[in-house]
Amino acid sequence: MKEIVVLSGKGGTGKTSIVGSLAALARDKVLADCDVDAADLHLLLKPRLKQETEFWSGQVAHIDPDKCTECGLCQDLCRFDAIKDFRVDPVSCEGCCFCSHICPAEAITMKENLSGHWFISDTRYGPLVHARLGIAQENSGKLVAQVRQQARKIAQERNLGYIISDGPPGIGCPVISSLSGASLALLVTEPTLSGIHDLERVLSVCRHFGIPAVVCINKYDINEENSRRIEGYCLKQGVEVAARIPFDNIVTEAIVRGVPVVEYSDGRVSSEIKKLWRSISGN
Amino acid sequence: MIISVASGKGGTGKTLVATSLALSLKDSHKVTLLDCDVEEPNAHVFLKPAITSSEPVLIPVPKIDEEKCTRCGKCAEVCAYNAIAVLGEHVLTFPQLCHGCGACSYLCPEKAISEEPRETGVVEMGQADGLEFIHGKLTVGEAMAPPIIRRVKQQGNNEGTVIIDIPPGTSCPVVEAVKGSDFCILVTEPTPFGLNDLILAVETMRELDIPCGVVLNRAGVGDAKVEEYCLKENIPVLLTIPLDTEIARLYSKGIPLVEGMPQWKDSFGQLFESIEEIVDERNRSLKR
Repeated sequence: MKEIVVLSGKGGTGKTSIVGSLAALARDKVLADCDVDAADLHLLLKPRLKQETEFWSGQVAHIDPDKCTECGLCQDLCRFDAIKDFRVDPVSCEGCCFCSHICPAEAITMKENLSGHWFISDTRYGPLVHARLGIAQENSGKLVAQVRQQARKIAQERNLGYIISDGPPGIGCPVISSLSGASLALLVTEPTLSGIHDLERVLSVCRHFGIPAVVCINKYDINEENSRRIEGYCLKQGVEVAARIPFDNIVTEAIVRGVPVVEYSDGRVSSEIKKLWRSISGN
Repeated sequence: MIISVASGKGGTGKTLVATSLALSLKDSHKVTLLDCDVEEPNAHVFLKPAITSSEPVLIPVPKIDEEKCTRCGKCAEVCAYNAIAVLGEHVLTFPQLCHGCGACSYLCPEKAISEEPRETGVVEMGQADGLEFIHGKLTVGEAMAPPIIRRVKQQGNNEGTVIIDIPPGTSCPVVEAVKGSDFCILVTEPTPFGLNDLILAVETMRELDIPCGVVLNRAGVGDAKVEEYCLKENIPVLLTIPLDTEIARLYSKGIPLVEGMPQWKDSFGQLFESIEEIVDERNRSLKR
């Protein structure tokens, strides 16, 4: 089983459009949307929900005003400034439980936190594991880990060859959680200075965790000089540039129609994505 | 006034809007730009600031004095992040999991735990073209962005106009970066992805009780559903930026929009005036 996770560092470079197309091209796979903050893959894959599960993770402190003597110790010791006027700000509370251990009046209890939901769905491209983190919640990394675990379970049960994951932007907690132990990172970049800067950082994260990476330059023709810079950088880093996808409004049109672009058009965008899949899958 | 620029979806043009807004105001206001997208900071690519000072961001992590430690296991029991484990005669710490809450050292009955700083990122300060500039960078391989974001915000003195470039998404880094703002600009694009993530961002701002308005970028592609949603939800569309190859070309080269196309300065000035009006009106109604 091969687990391919699509990352980019910078947001909006085309991860979800590419994953949607790989979903249409690959056989024997399970799909995973690891961007639990702002999941979009379902908009292309039109899932039929089969299973919805609550995701309880972390805790939030709660002060019982009847027991609280307003001694102020919790406020002094909380390093996250989550307690003011003897009330807990649930958004700032990191669930460390320190206050609940030290309250002399035993007025503080920790409450389990419903931080989101995860789903198993059917799509016409195969099973999809996805999730929704609650608004302003923590622990996105743990929810990502849950999505991956479920995807792996499905792949094993059904003897599927691939897990294809749509990753989150950035390089922090949910990215590390999406990446660790994967077989391959597909890094989608764009030829902008921001895109290059962010590619360098996300490639460093892949190196840090020992995950092999290939690069895809999306919208390569919006600045061909920058695209050559990316190619030069990748050559130096020993990373393959597996595809160069041209800019085309057809990609947006396909998103508006809610279909993967490879099913919407036979143009150059589609042929590059097909080339990309051949290169990754070795077929 | 503190104005955040957020989006839900990545790559919609947050940094374009934040940098152009800051540059449009700098002649008439004291402006500080905080780049709180510490995982992938990009504002410096456009503003090219002269960095004058930098400070490491340090998280206090436990250090066990093996001589004093009795392996009682209290520290492992109280750690909510599984960053300490007692295995037989050994106490193992996992600094990467530690949030630096301080519970273990405070609660150790033998006073065998001290704290030592661990660097997880850096905050850099400087000036760019008449702007105060501060950004943070999470060290590669580190997971936790919020401590870096907190430090970036602490470095800003909140005088004059503060513009904050927010990371994408809706989870803890966004909340940390956006809280305390007087207003949040939500940058989106007219596609189903843009709309889906705009709705999540609007819900986040409502949860945090921060008034918001929309900047619609790459207008002309996609569909009209973002505008329909904004109308229905009574969210003002404050500025529309068309899909334009010249704008995309400037962006790709790291040139701020208002520098490459100065005619946009007035539009960003008006964007600021609209925000001022909304914030003033809200403050008046809160006082009543």
